[in-house]
Amino acid sequence: MTDTITLAIARYRPEREAEPTLQEYEVPFRQDWAILDALNYIKDQLDGTLSFRWSCRMGVCGSCGMMVNGQPTLTCAAFLSSYLPGPIRVEALRFFPIVRDLVVDITDFMNKLKKVKPWIIREEEKPLSEGEYLQTPNELDRYKHHSMCINCLLCYAACPVVGLEPSFIGPAAIALAQRYNMDSRDQGAAERLSILSGDEGMWQCTFVGECTEVCPKGVDPAGAIQQYKLTGATHWLKSLLLPWASK
Amino acid sequence: MSSQPHYTAYHPKWYRRPVSVWWWLERWPYTKFVLRELTSLPVGYFALLTLWQVRALVEGEAAYQRFLARLESPAFLMLNIICFGGIMFHALTWFHLTPKAMVVRISGKRLPDAFIIFLNYVGWIGLSAGIVLIWMRG
Repeated sequence: MTDTITLAIARYRPEREAEPTLQEYEVPFRQDWAILDALNYIKDQLDGTLSFRWSCRMGVCGSCGMMVNGQPTLTCAAFLSSYLPGPIRVEALRFFPIVRDLVVDITDFMNKLKKVKPWIIREEEKPLSEGEYLQTPNELDRYKHHSMCINCLLCYAACPVVGLEPSFIGPAAIALAQRYNMDSRDQGAAERLSILSGDEGMWQCTFVGECTEVCPKGVDPAGAIQQYKLTGATHWLKSLLLPWASK
Repeated sequence: MSSQPHYTAYHPKWYRRPVSVWWWLERWPYTKFVLRELTSLPVGYFALLTLWQVRALVEGEAAYQRFLARLESPAFLMLNIICFGGIMFHALTWFHLTPKAMVVRISGKRLPDAFIIFLNYVGWIGLSAGIVLIWMRG
């Protein structure tokens, strides 16, 4: 039985090096340890200078996404035992600027997310006295899987279009736009379509499909984007054939 | 922090890894994607071939026989076999991707992906059988 496992971690200390370099750490192998536990062991016992983000340890906060052996992975949900005999290569999420070690800057994503207006838009809010906006389980079922997104950004790190076309709004943001479009309480679909049918929107997607493969929450951004393309194309065709019907 | 839409403000100490031109060789799913995109070339080639065939047909019996004789050359045979492989890869990968774009709901329940893929195959085999029937009668 293995009692230790090696982690090769990409270190980037901007005051010391021009680009990331791999540093190896040997940690105890435990069946119940996820990669995040090993990182915390390193931080606590071996090298306090290692920087990485984490919070909930249970796949909810979306902070600990990293590249593990080149694959975008939520490190709290990836067990050491799946990577035997090692070494395990851990790097910062791809396509994001690295601030330090495994910490990336996500400001760009936050700006993109705001652009798609991921909230319920009403043409007119109904007064509180009329009560809640009701929804049937079937209506909820239409968008629920898209609403499970935890903004861990694994899908951005998996998408070559994000790397090649930094202006692309990207998988998670478009999936969230679609989540609100499909919500029976929302009336903002036209507003979002005008943003997402632009140069930075859904047509940049070439359907590589890896966003859906790496998603730890089953959000299926690739599906959301393709369905949105279909909506966009139908809308365009309608406005071409029935110009009087569209606003 | 600036609210620039495309890039975060330039920070000289942040490291940005450049994307290699060989990015599509880094992982098999990427390579498969690029192959799928490249199969549009065989699709285009078969469209041109069909146009050429129609032109030969219009030009008469002798021209059509010349067209058929040309197709029998080993170079054309090789090209057509390779392109046929490409077109099959193209069609089958897209069949399997259809359920991602097409969500069909019947009385609120989403039809399973496998069923939509199956419908593609049914359509394909049905159309092919129809063409074979017409060809056998003719």
